[in-house]
This record gives sequence, C-alpha cells and structure tokens, in this order.
Amino acid sequence: MKRVILALTLALAAGLTAQAAEAQTLKTVKDRGMLSCGVSQGLPGFSSPDDKGNWTGLDVDVCRAIAGAIFNDPTKVKYVPLSAKDRFTALQSGEVDVLSRNTTWTISRDTSLGANFTGVTYYDGQGFMVKKSLKVNSALELNSASVCVQTGTTTEQNLADYFKANNMKYEVIAFGTNDETVKAYEAGRCDVFTTDQSGLYANRLKLANPGDHMVLPEIISKEPLGPMVRHGDDQWFDIVKWTLFAMITAEELGVTAKNVDEKAKQENPELKRVLGTDGNFGEQLGLSKDWVVRIVKAVGNYGEVFDRNVGAGSPLGINRGLNNLWNKGGLQYAPPIR
Amino acid sequence: MSIEARKPPPQIALKIRRVLGGKTGWNGIAVQFAFAAVLGWIAYEIVSNARANLENQHIAAGFGFLANNAGFDVNQTLISYTGSDTFLRVFLVGLLNTLVVSVVGIVFATVIGFIVALCRLSPNWLLARIGEIYVEIIRNLPVLFQILFWYLAVLAALPNPRQSISLLGIAFVSNRGLVIPRPIGESGFEAFLVVLALGIVASVVLRIHARRALFQRGQMIRIWPYVLGLLFGLPLVTILVAGLPFSFELPQLKGFNFAGGSRIIPEFVALTLALSTYTAAFIAEIVRAGILSVHSGQMEAGSSLGLSRGTTLRLVVVPQAMRVIVPPLTNQYLNLTKNSSLAVAIGYPDLVSVFAGTSLSQTGQAIEIIAMTMGVYLLISLITSAVMSVYGWRISRSLGA
Repeated sequence: MKRVILALTLALAAGLTAQAAEAQTLKTVKDRGMLSCGVSQGLPGFSSPDDKGNWTGLDVDVCRAIAGAIFNDPTKVKYVPLSAKDRFTALQSGEVDVLSRNTTWTISRDTSLGANFTGVTYYDGQGFMVKKSLKVNSALELNSASVCVQTGTTTEQNLADYFKANNMKYEVIAFGTNDETVKAYEAGRCDVFTTDQSGLYANRLKLANPGDHMVLPEIISKEPLGPMVRHGDDQWFDIVKWTLFAMITAEELGVTAKNVDEKAKQENPELKRVLGTDGNFGEQLGLSKDWVVRIVKAVGNYGEVFDRNVGAGSPLGINRGLNNLWNKGGLQYAPPIR
Repeated sequence: MSIEARKPPPQIALKIRRVLGGKTGWNGIAVQFAFAAVLGWIAYEIVSNARANLENQHIAAGFGFLANNAGFDVNQTLISYTGSDTFLRVFLVGLLNTLVVSVVGIVFATVIGFIVALCRLSPNWLLARIGEIYVEIIRNLPVLFQILFWYLAVLAALPNPRQSISLLGIAFVSNRGLVIPRPIGESGFEAFLVVLALGIVASVVLRIHARRALFQRGQMIRIWPYVLGLLFGLPLVTILVAGLPFSFELPQLKGFNFAGGSRIIPEFVALTLALSTYTAAFIAEIVRAGILSVHSGQMEAGSSLGLSRGTTLRLVVVPQAMRVIVPPLTNQYLNLTKNSSLAVAIGYPDLVSVFAGTSLSQTGQAIEIIAMTMGVYLLISLITSAVMSVYGWRISRSLGA
C-alpha cells in the first residue's frame, strides 16, 4: 500500500540519515533535470490529465511555471498524483519537491508537518452540492442528511463544526478518493456531497447529468489553497513563493504570454526591473535574470492561468471573485519586485 | 572398580543451555547475546535518530496527539463517540469496526465455505457443478472489485429513504441501510437476562454430560428437545408470567432519514458479503482437500456400520479432516481480517479508514500512526493464529495423533 510505503520511506529517511542534511532542493532538481510535483488524482480545473495524458489545471500550471523558471522548459515536470491522505507524507519523504494539490493552508499544517505554505493560488471555501429533486435551498435545511466526503481533508472537520454549531444531525460517509466519493453520491448513498466550492463545480462536470445537481449558496469555511514545500530550505521556499508572485505581478503590469517580449523592450523602469533587463533579482533567487519572462512564457500571467483553467475560458466558468487582483476587488496581492 | 552413577548436572542450567545455545553450548549463548545486543543498539540508534531528525525538520513526533480532540465524525460507532472525543477514542472506534466486520465475516465465510465444499463433494451432479462454478468464479476475481461490485449492486438495488421498503411497518430497507426497532430495557429486564443466562449455562452442562455419556459408555442421549426448551421455552414463559421486559423504539422517517431504531449501514453489509463470499471460495477448497485426505475406507466403514452419509461425515470424516484443514484455514481467517482494510474504498469506517486515513492526515504523524496500525493488525493476526493453534492441538490430541 502506498501509504505504508511512504511512511516507511519517511521512517527510514528520518532514522538512517546521520543528520538532516542541509536541504538543497534546487540543486537536486537541476541535477535530476526534472521537477517532481505532487498533484491531485484528477480534479478538473486544478490538476487532471486530459485525453492525451497531459496534465492541465491551475495547480499544474504552478508546477509548469516553476519548471519554466528553472529550466526555461515547462514540460520538465514529473507529476505525482497523490490522494489527500498521502500528500503530506510524500512531501516529507522527499518524493515530491513541491506539493501543488489544492491544499488548504491551516496553522496545524503549517507548523506540525515540517512543511511551509508558499502562498495562496486560489481563495476557496467549503460548500455543499445536492440533487435539485431534493428541493433544498439552504444548507440549514440539511438536518439528518447523509453527507459524502473525501477522507483526509479539512472538509471533514468543517462539516462536523458546521452541523454542531447549527444543532443539526447528520451521517458522514468518508471515502478514500475523490472519485469514490462522487460515485457514491451519484449512486444515491448520500444526499449531500461536500468539498471546496471550486471542487463542487469541477466534480459536477463528472456527473452524468450535471444539470440535475445544484451547489448551495452557503460557504461554511475559509479554504485558502496553495503550494507547499519542505521546511529547512529557504532558497527553494523563496523560489516557489516568488513564482506565484511573479505571475500576479505580471497580471498587474499587463504582461501576457503574447506580449512579454515586446514589454521587455519598453523603457518603463518597473517593467525593466520585473522582466530582468535591469537588476539581478532572478540571480539572487538562484535563477536567471529573465526568470519572470520565462514564467510568463511558460504559463502566462495569473489572470490567464485562472481564465484558462477554472475561469471564463474553461468549462467550470468560475467568477474571479476573491481571486481577482487586489486593485479590482479581490485578494490576490504580490509584494513588489524591487 | 564400582560403577558410580554420574551426578546429573543441575537441570535448570542444562535446560537454559539447550534452549539458548543449541548444540554449541555456552559459546553459542554468548554469540547470541552479543548479536541481540548489536540489534538492540541499532534499533535504539534508528529510533533516537528519527526523533532528532523529525525535531530538526519540525515534524511533530510522539504519541501526545492521541489525547487531542479529533473533531470529525464517524458513521458507525459501537462505543459512544462524538466529534469532541480524542484520537485514542477514534482508534478504538476504528479497531472495533474492523473486529466486528472480521468476526462476522469469518463466521459467514466458514459456514459458506463448508457448504460449498460439501456441494462440490456431493454425488449430486448439479450440486457439485454449482459448487465448482462458485469456487472458480469467486476466487479468480480480485477482492477489491467484488467489494465495489457488492457495494454498488446493493446501493443500486435499494430505493432512497422516502421510498424505502417497509417490512411489516417496523423495519425499513433503503440505500441508507437496514433500520430495525431498538429494544429498550424496562422493569424486569435484568430478571429476563438472568433466566436467559441460566438457560444457556444449563444447555452447555447438558451437552457436556451427553458427550461424556457418548464417549465413556457409548450411550446416545437426545438432548435437543431440552435445549430448545431451555433456550426458548423458559424465556417465553418468563415473558408470559412477568410481561414483556423491554419495549421497542420504532424507526420513523424524519426529514432525509430515519430517526430512532438501530441501523445496519450498507457499507457493512457490502463489505461483509464480499469478504465472506470471497474467503469462502478458498475455505471450500481447503475443506474439500481436508475431506479428500481422509481415506475413503473411513467413509465405507461408516456406511457398513449403517451410519447415514451425513452422520459419517459429521462423526468420522470431518473430525479427521480438521487436522489437515485447520492450519490453512487459519491463513484464510488472517487474510480476511487483513482484507477488511480495503473498507476505505467503500467508505466503511474501519481502522485504516478512520485512523490510518483521517487521523493521519489531520495530525500528519505518519510514522506513529502507521506503526500503531501495523502493530494492531499484527496483534490480531497473532491472537487468531494462537487460538487456532490451540484448537488444532486439541483436535490432534483427541485423535491421539
């Protein structure tokens, strides 16, 4: 079993290494010639393989952007599909260099797992999906309902909190993977399917008749999703963190995959700094001067990535909402590159 | 020169020497102690190193998390459990769920396995073919698929709670499971339990008496009418005299689901069904092999004594076959218990699902939790094989082998 193997790897790695070696993830990745990236086992819009086996999605584009910044080639990524339960152990044991798998940032995960969150790629919240035929319009009408949930997620605890706080009873059926959960919901084992709201929209596409199901308006939790890296390698932490900031900054400055070369030639001091014709911020990170150009060429800016995978340009059609730029009413904000 | 009896060396020292040192004597013991010391040192180094490294990497370690609040719910709990209980409680809840599905599965697997084996050995052509087909189909399909098949088949066949199938208006079957009335003890309940216990004890005593009479004097005593009377008649009389000692809480449809009553969840049914039918196919072959290992002369001897086929099987062949059957049967019991960890695929809250799954990802303490879970499975398996060894030993002894 994968989980047992991962735990054993972790136990051996922890037990046999003489001392926690000074982690040099960037060097390891460069030597290997590949970035090892932990993704989900298939969540449309975030990370799922298409019919040709190519991985696409918002979380996948984060991996591609990092690979682009390092190798100037976004295809140099090895994707490791992980269940919710296995993801942290895979990161701790070194099987993946970065975990980009719709993972909620919480204090316990940030402090007790030996890993750090590098930022927020998607501001989400937990919601509920029901069959329209149940004629339910609010989550507060769900007393005594059966709820299908994926095990090993923050969702399970939020669910317990919400029903307890509202004095409602429920029955929880927890499955190992997302697909099993959706299948059981479709088979009628439960009245309600709950996960992050973006996940609800994504999973609705997988159902036989998406139109028969609706997402309830309540959002019962804060679920900031973001990539994770191991503790103890600050350089690598900086690279992953600033890759996302570079994507957001590019959107702020109107730099897109199409016009990036043209923008790099402009005599705008901020553009020159960001796109590396002035200063050496990329080299300080351990990357090249033109790191932002590489990232934008690989995946585009944050807005392009969002639209292509989950936004208006995708089957999910999710509004930018909280994920809009800070100066357009959202929460996405990057510290300045200077 | 008189021959003097040599003084025997002290018995205890000799025994220790033989057990520990084998043929090599005291030198062998020294080598073994040195080897054990080296192993112990390596183990100690690994554990302390792991602790230090986990601390360096800021990964939480130790078993302190067991006292923390779990904060999630479980849908089948044999002991009381709420979201505000500890992870230790979750561990116990999961363990009990694993044990209940294993025990029920083992009982059904054994019964089905014996029936199928007897079918395969039956002189009746049709029965033998049915047994053969059963074994060949079931044992050649992966057990995970069978679990998923039963789960989805069970779910697909059942209606939602609002259209549930009513059994006499007191029990209901739907895709939320089987809901039955729950007995609630009233006055006179203790007395009723005492009478029931008395009946059981008396039946056991009767049986011991009957067996002794059979083995020592060759006397057949018919005890089943008395046992029936003790087990059912006596409680019935008590109820008639003292009134019903308990009342029933009837399930009622409220909102989405039934409130009140006891419920058997479909996950449990599907898992038990899949595990017991799957393991039964293997048990059937083991039983068949065991019975075939008994010389056919025994069967013929039985019938020449005028015993029926069934009686010969029961009294002559099966007891001798058990000696061959028990060791591989133990393996199947262990397999069933371990296969129950596939429960997570259909959302049955067993130990692996709630403890090595949910609890692991809530706390992130993979090493401790996986070690505990593996330890528990090891313990269950060792206990099972110990019990089966004792049973096998008793059979061998009674056969004088």
